[in-house]
Amino acid sequence: MNRSKTNVAVGVFVALGIVALVFMALKVGNLVSFDSAEGYRLEARFDNIGGLRVRAPIKSAGVVVGRVEAIHLDGATYEAVAQLRIHPEYRFSTDTIAAIVTSGLLGEQYLSLDAGGDSLYLKDGERIIKTQSAMVLEKLIGQFLYNKAAESSGDKK
Amino acid sequence: MLDLLERLGAFTLSVLARLGLATLFFGTVFARTAQGVKRGALLVREVHFSGVRSLAIILVSGLFVGMVLAVQGYEVLQRFGSADALGSLVALSLVRELGPVVTALLFAGRAGSAVTAEIGLMRATEQLAAMDMMAVDPISRVVVPRFLGALASLPILAVIFSSAGVIGAYLVGVELIGIDAGAFWSQMRASVDFRLDVLNGLFKAVVFGVAVGLISVFEGYHAAPTAEGVSSATTRTVVISSLSVLTLDFILTVLMFRGLN
Repeated sequence: MNRSKTNVAVGVFVALGIVALVFMALKVGNLVSFDSAEGYRLEARFDNIGGLRVRAPIKSAGVVVGRVEAIHLDGATYEAVAQLRIHPEYRFSTDTIAAIVTSGLLGEQYLSLDAGGDSLYLKDGERIIKTQSAMVLEKLIGQFLYNKAAESSGDKK
Repeated sequence: MLDLLERLGAFTLSVLARLGLATLFFGTVFARTAQGVKRGALLVREVHFSGVRSLAIILVSGLFVGMVLAVQGYEVLQRFGSADALGSLVALSLVRELGPVVTALLFAGRAGSAVTAEIGLMRATEQLAAMDMMAVDPISRVVVPRFLGALASLPILAVIFSSAGVIGAYLVGVELIGIDAGAFWSQMRASVDFRLDVLNGLFKAVVFGVAVGLISVFEGYHAAPTAEGVSSATTRTVVISSLSVLTLDFILTVLMFRGLN
């Protein structure tokens, strides 16, 4: 009697551990969130991807719709090519704009998809034509200084 | 001067002798682990003793650690306007670090010390010697099941601790402070990777289980057979376990998470 009580308690304990692990897998972690082969692929080319990393989220209107699967440099055009994996339940029109933006002031960078108005939808393996590169702070400052300098030299003449 | 050197030498030798003894003992325990696995009923008893009985302290501590993390994390995150990231902050800290480490520290205090005291008293009351006389191997009858019990219990407790912490953070962050529940869960899910974070955390807990289990049984088995000996062995279990858990955690963290980004 006593032994079976112990057995039951240990059984409950182990079951609780399994429940916690399942909770970790489904609710806390992203084991089932289409990180495998699910979803269709798109490609987007950028002049500069900034701090975008592989596995970065792709969001549309703030909702995660996919993940960046791979990033590489096109040796011929010197453009960064990002392979995107989009959840099959979402479709985007062919004139969708892909932009690299930062969440919050210091947050990590993600890819934002702004759907357009075209009635044709992007299919597996197709390319997003309209892209907007990441904002690079140094370039912005450089441009600002250059404009300032141009302004002041214009004043002297 | 010579006196001082002599004492230093004696101290070093005693530390080395103890380390050697521990290594030999660990070897014996590992070698007889297979025999311990066969004794299922004993193993169940030990998992009950060190695992099930630790459940209450682990659940309550996890809940409160999660709640505190939520309050403190919110205070800092809202300054940067990213209070939504609370979910991922709490989950990552719990799954990667606090879950395994705090569980191991609590486990050393709650169950490890009890195991040491139990085995130490068996030694002091000559029960171990009596077993030897009856041709029952005290290592595979007494030591190995307790070691395996700790090894099996700690990872389970660590996962339960992390889950309780996440639920605690949810209660405070979402229900009390009022962060959006969707943002809380989705931020969490977006940043916690099952293999990278959850399984690595679980692996840490397994390593801590081996460490705390071995130290507990070693200190008990080699305790001086007096009331004082058992008491100092119990203290040593908690101190050495805690220090090795923290040291191991640093080493494991560097191996697992450095060079990730």
